[in-house]
Amino acid sequence: MSRQYETVIGLEVHVELATKTKIFCGCSTEFGGEPNTHTCPVCTGMPGSLPVLNRQVVEYALAVGLAANCQINQYCKFDRKNYFYPDNPQNYQISQLYLPICHDGWVEIDTASGKKKIGIHEIHMEEDAGKLIHDEWEDCSLVDYNRSGVPLIEIVSEPDMRNADEVMAYLEKLRLMIQYLGASDCKLQEGSMRADVNLSVREAGTSRLGTRTEMKNLNSFKAIARAIEGERARQIELLEDGKKVIQETRRWDDNKESSYAMRSKEDAQDYRYFPDPDLLPVVISDQWIQEIKSRQPEMQPEKMARYQKEFQIPEYDAGILTSTIHMARLFEKTTALCGKPKEVSNWLMVETMRLLKEHEQTPEDLSFSPENLARLIALVDEGAINRTVAKTVFEQIFAQDVDPEKYVEEKGLGMVSDQGALRKAVEDVIAANPQSVEDYRKGKEKAMGYLVGQTMRAMKGKADPGMVNKIVKELLTK
Amino acid sequence: MSISEMTALELGRRIRSGDVTVLEAVQEALDQIKKKEPDIHAYVTVDEEGALKRAAKVQAMIERGDLKGPLAGVPAAVKDNLCTKDLLTTCGSNILYNFVPTYTAEAVQNLEKAGAVILGKTNMDEFAMGSTTETSAFGVTKNPWNTDHVPGGSSGGSCAAVAAGECFYALGSDTGGSIRQPSSFCGVTGIKPTYGTVSRYGLIAYGSSLDQVGPVAKDVSDCAAVLETIASYDKKDSTSIPRKDLDFTGALVDDVKGMKIGIPRDYFGEGLDGQVREAVMRAAGILKDRGAVVEEFDLSLVEYAIPAYYVIASAEASSNLSRFDGVKYGLRAKEYEGLHQMYKKSRSEGFGPEVKRRIMLGSFVLSSGYYDAYYLKALRTKALIKQAFDKAFADYDVILGPAAPTTAPKLGESLKDPLKMYLGDIYTVSVNLAGLPAMTVPCGQDQAGLPIGLQLIGDCFQEKKIIRAAYTFEQTFTRREER
Repeated sequence: MSRQYETVIGLEVHVELATKTKIFCGCSTEFGGEPNTHTCPVCTGMPGSLPVLNRQVVEYALAVGLAANCQINQYCKFDRKNYFYPDNPQNYQISQLYLPICHDGWVEIDTASGKKKIGIHEIHMEEDAGKLIHDEWEDCSLVDYNRSGVPLIEIVSEPDMRNADEVMAYLEKLRLMIQYLGASDCKLQEGSMRADVNLSVREAGTSRLGTRTEMKNLNSFKAIARAIEGERARQIELLEDGKKVIQETRRWDDNKESSYAMRSKEDAQDYRYFPDPDLLPVVISDQWIQEIKSRQPEMQPEKMARYQKEFQIPEYDAGILTSTIHMARLFEKTTALCGKPKEVSNWLMVETMRLLKEHEQTPEDLSFSPENLARLIALVDEGAINRTVAKTVFEQIFAQDVDPEKYVEEKGLGMVSDQGALRKAVEDVIAANPQSVEDYRKGKEKAMGYLVGQTMRAMKGKADPGMVNKIVKELLTK
Repeated sequence: MSISEMTALELGRRIRSGDVTVLEAVQEALDQIKKKEPDIHAYVTVDEEGALKRAAKVQAMIERGDLKGPLAGVPAAVKDNLCTKDLLTTCGSNILYNFVPTYTAEAVQNLEKAGAVILGKTNMDEFAMGSTTETSAFGVTKNPWNTDHVPGGSSGGSCAAVAAGECFYALGSDTGGSIRQPSSFCGVTGIKPTYGTVSRYGLIAYGSSLDQVGPVAKDVSDCAAVLETIASYDKKDSTSIPRKDLDFTGALVDDVKGMKIGIPRDYFGEGLDGQVREAVMRAAGILKDRGAVVEEFDLSLVEYAIPAYYVIASAEASSNLSRFDGVKYGLRAKEYEGLHQMYKKSRSEGFGPEVKRRIMLGSFVLSSGYYDAYYLKALRTKALIKQAFDKAFADYDVILGPAAPTTAPKLGESLKDPLKMYLGDIYTVSVNLAGLPAMTVPCGQDQAGLPIGLQLIGDCFQEKKIIRAAYTFEQTFTRREER
């Protein structure tokens, strides 16, 4: 390749909001449920039904907008986007085009070359569509409107990203921010966060933007990274061959690691947007904005800094502990209960992360209570169980949130520190291993370790290791 | 007096006093329906069985004292664009030929709470698009005064049913005159309330920013009583307005002394039939005789109302009607290949020509490149029209004029020239654009014996002023006729 190219990337991120009810009716937003059970005349587009805006949607959109340093349109409106498709019961989507709720903001990301601001062009509110199920067997299509009317915000960035790493950092930033605000759980895999990538390339050093394409169907961070690499290469190849990039929407196939054109700009639909006459303009008072601002929680960067300062947690650990609001909450609640931040951090950083990896889970899946982890830490601290046993008990807490005290008692895992019982066990081990005793007396220090291990084994791990050590040494040197 | 000659309020009184049972009233209405329907065809659906069952229930509730309102037990008809649970609701369209709603419109529910017995659903222009009730997919309704003539539209079925004694009152809807113009043609009284007064929940939308549900009745008193019953603040309709002045029957006062009435000169220009002009001016004279201050003035912008209305109403309709696609309910074409063809065939077969014309017009004015030139300009015109009315209401309590330029045309005359038909809405559409209340009261007949209607327009939330003026006119006019 003779010329150097720069990639220019902008993102459209859809986030499903965590409201209990839909954006324009009182139906539940809960995931799952038999098809068409979370529906009513409004979200199935029955004749004569009318939308009524869910106030919580506006609050979440405002919270995200304020966290992303946006300007707020204090007089914003909903518009109808008209297009025919059966997943959309009215054949128009209620969205915002002319006056979106937030605009002109930014978020800061960490890049290889330091901090960088990514501009937010706008954030608007809209409704999700239903789901089509194509039954190949019966050769028909069915519609499930349970998701129809679930509230979304769409966050449109400026074309400020230059590579996949920046895109990942930006997405991670949004995810953390929105999760911390409680506005969404932001799970890419489950579709509560979706990203479309707008990408163009241009010769390095030039300032004019190249022709862009929009990439859809990106279901994971990895798919997004692969799609960016694939599309960048495809566009450069076209330009190198003297061809032109066509402005079009493309669909990424992550299995084939390639994309294909869905529609070009020429046959792009005219959505005939116009203000929805069924909804009133949303008027956002200064007071309302102040209320939202005063309710904004501590965000990740502040939390991370506080952990380092308040609890003397190392930077790396503080980063991991605050990487999801779930983990951070667990850390803070458990610490509040037991007062041992370093111990809590240890359990979360080592054992919890190990088990999550083993079970292919994410921190959002954590379901054990801070009370039980705090009790476990207390048991170790009191010397009621040793560390080996504690790990076993923690696995049970992780899996089923067991009460560690009860569990230890039921399974008889309490540490044995009864002198007589331990002495008897050590005597048995020494009697059964004359060779090791011999070795030790010849100066092989390691042999003692072996004997301690054998005793612990005989005691099923419950023995107080300090006491066992002491007794073995005493009996050997007798 | 036979039952069918009674007004709704009179019948209500007789039912409460025990002179007449609800069943007798319903039976009388059903008898009238059987007698008149072959000539008039005011109904799309008559729910005889449901009405008789309901009559017994309502009678029992009245006897127990659970229903005490003035309309308890009085049989009524409902325009076929208001959803009624378990009762066919077609909107006069083939695309909803089999549509049975799962819920009842708020306005109808309010009637039911007051003890109304719903006799059935009245015919209308398809999706309320038309001025003659001839665009219905289920046959033409005829004017009870002369069956060679149209009843007007789009609430032609409701107005004809009231005029023919096939119900005691009815609900209609008014997007550009659809209550007031047919009321005028059928010699009945109708009100289009201030936008936001009656919930639109369950009214199948035509032009959402203009649609209002309202009463059609035999006289002003009935009209006020029905409006009082159906008006309510409804959280299910975001455009619904909470009001504390819904006691419209309190405005039934036979006195207009000192009331300032303005007559827009612009309403009496070219195109207005001479006999209509005469009757309306006579009506103005009557109100003047009763002590009102009557003046002529220039309203301005009148000629822009029709184009603005047709752009806005069609734009909203093109989007509102996109849900009728054969996927979820209503007509689906029998044979098709693939989704696109299913949409195309179902909608081609389901919609009539007038509806298609407005969908195309609406899609055009919203399309990219034309939005500013048509839709935005129409919205600006709408705002200017509202300003012109605001200015007029600074000087006048009520604006008086005709409801339509002519009396009812003959069947088959109007649809040949849609543009001419649209121009017939000149006195009514600006009221919807400005969101104002207005009503029609009969004020005489032409030489052919067809009724003429007087239109009274009020400022937003001033229904009581127009009801008072209408009541005073009606009482005085009736006394003079009787002399």
